[in-house]
Amino acid sequence: MKNVQKQKRANKSLPFFFRDEFKVSFVIIFISVALLITTFTFDIVPPILNRGIQPATFPKALLVLIIAMTLLIYYLATKNPWKIQKELPKSFFLTLSSFLIFLIISKTLDFFLAISVLSIFVSYCWGEKRIFYLLLVGIIFPVIVFIFFETILGLRFPPGIITNIYYS
Amino acid sequence: MDNLLLMMAPLFNSKLLLVLFFGTLFGLILGVLPGLGPTTGGALILPFTMTLDPLSAIVLLTSIYCAGTYGGAITAVLINTPGTPAAAATCLDGYPLAQKGEAGRALGMATVSSTVGGIFSVVILVFFAPILAQLAYEFGQPEYFALAIFGLTMLASIGEGSPIKNLIAGAFGILISTVGKDFMTSIDRFTFGINELTEGIGFIPVVVGLFAMSEMLTQSTLINQVFNRIALKAIKLPSKDDYKKTWKTILRSSGIGSFIGVLPAEGGTVASLIGYSEAKRFSKKPEEFGKGSIEGIAGAEAANNAATGGAMVPTLALGIPGSATTAVILTGLIIHGVRPGPDLFREQPDFLYGIFGAMLIANVLFFIFGFFGAKIFARITLVPNKILWPMIFAVSVCGTYSLNQSIIDVWIMLFFGVLGFFMRRYGFSVVPVIIGLILGELVEGTLRQSLVIFDGNWLMFFTRPIALTFFILSLIALAFPLIRAKKIKK
Repeated sequence: MKNVQKQKRANKSLPFFFRDEFKVSFVIIFISVALLITTFTFDIVPPILNRGIQPATFPKALLVLIIAMTLLIYYLATKNPWKIQKELPKSFFLTLSSFLIFLIISKTLDFFLAISVLSIFVSYCWGEKRIFYLLLVGIIFPVIVFIFFETILGLRFPPGIITNIYYS
Repeated sequence: MDNLLLMMAPLFNSKLLLVLFFGTLFGLILGVLPGLGPTTGGALILPFTMTLDPLSAIVLLTSIYCAGTYGGAITAVLINTPGTPAAAATCLDGYPLAQKGEAGRALGMATVSSTVGGIFSVVILVFFAPILAQLAYEFGQPEYFALAIFGLTMLASIGEGSPIKNLIAGAFGILISTVGKDFMTSIDRFTFGINELTEGIGFIPVVVGLFAMSEMLTQSTLINQVFNRIALKAIKLPSKDDYKKTWKTILRSSGIGSFIGVLPAEGGTVASLIGYSEAKRFSKKPEEFGKGSIEGIAGAEAANNAATGGAMVPTLALGIPGSATTAVILTGLIIHGVRPGPDLFREQPDFLYGIFGAMLIANVLFFIFGFFGAKIFARITLVPNKILWPMIFAVSVCGTYSLNQSIIDVWIMLFFGVLGFFMRRYGFSVVPVIIGLILGELVEGTLRQSLVIFDGNWLMFFTRPIALTFFILSLIALAFPLIRAKKIKK
């Protein structure tokens, strides 16, 4: 409890634009406003086809509500600041970047290969150095999952360098 | 009598029994593993249910729900980390009692009270779901709109996160449901020219992303965390003295849990917190709470398991999820072509009572598994995260891809994983997003159809007594966190 109070006080001493509550509120409002602007580009339905309200009205109302509530949480946070979050460790950024690697490999090379690469990469970054376990999570288990989905669910995985060999 | 026979049907169907057996076992494993749970597990298993008939599929999901809710207690008692959020209150007394060398007694009480709570809630479900379904015949579009609004305002008090943050998350969930072709006019909304988005954003990629992937990112920040695991010799049934001390608490918490469960969007987490605090309030020895009170364990565990049956009441009778996991079950029903609501009770009683019976049996099964296998399940927590999470990733990706065979779904899942991580980091619960997403179409559809009925006159909503009642309840739901905060301050 004392620790939380300390973190809150530390947060209060920061300039407002460095505080989490400002950054989070800003991001939410920025995205909401961008989406709100987008809603003005939605097609307008002629009155004869329009049932109740225009298709853009409901999302507009929701976005205005989100903006209003975000302003409210920011206002409340100025009175009762959020506690400062601990800095994210290197392992988090490595895991996050593994998602990106997965996206690139699955798009350009192979879906199955992407799963294997991510599994080995994440397991290694989280501290697993034993070859057998890396092979287990990176090859043996994905192969089991692949065969299971392929045979039981009749799933066809997207084409790629490894998947094509299997299907041919 | 007929209904009772229908309820017993799963006992005489070897396939359903097998499904129940595996569902309960899988649910227990999910419940034991911190970060996973019945919601994530249900979402991951959903694609597999496509190979099953509708009853088996829903029986599988509900048995995971019942067993997963109980499974959280094992980790709560032994490593002071709730396996599921609903077991958070169990840590308060379960772990201190285990530290005193009475882990077996703590788990025994958790198992018995969970089973009693679960069975009690199934009885409530059997009696109240048909009554609620009957009432639902009185509901028109305006009433359904008001009910959905009530469900959403209940998000303000779901226990995790601040009320306003929960409401923002809920509104965001509804906003996601508007992506794609407008169902009334076929006009594209938020598709940004991406063809795959015209069908909208699927439920499974969002659930798996928000729960499994965001948890994977959370676990990546905790790789150096060491758990102090207490050794378990054997689970013990509560003594006569323990029963004497706790029977009233178990019954009270079962009632509380069932009631909280029935409320839309609320679930086991709120139920267990209220069950625990009420157990403390009525206890002759409240000073023992937090130091290993057997009543504390009974209060929390009976309530969270009682919420499972309660949460199924609005899910089956109205199509409004009672909790995050029942939102997954609701999706399962829809995927299998079953439309929840009053007609289901009239047209498919065998299906419904089959589910009720399966839930009853699942509660008995997890008692047996828990009693004889808690020691083995506790060992599952020893699987290192560096092995477990890459495997979960592989299953999540393939499961998400399999539903529509769409790589875009996998990207959406990863996007929501990152988003979910940051939401949780800054105190936004991810549960409201799921509830908002599932209620979104209902809210918008019923609003627009109501306005057609009312010829655009919004005030007509307040001329309908049932709708007005739900609006008043919504106001109470919004005011409740404020009243609670003031009470705590005092």
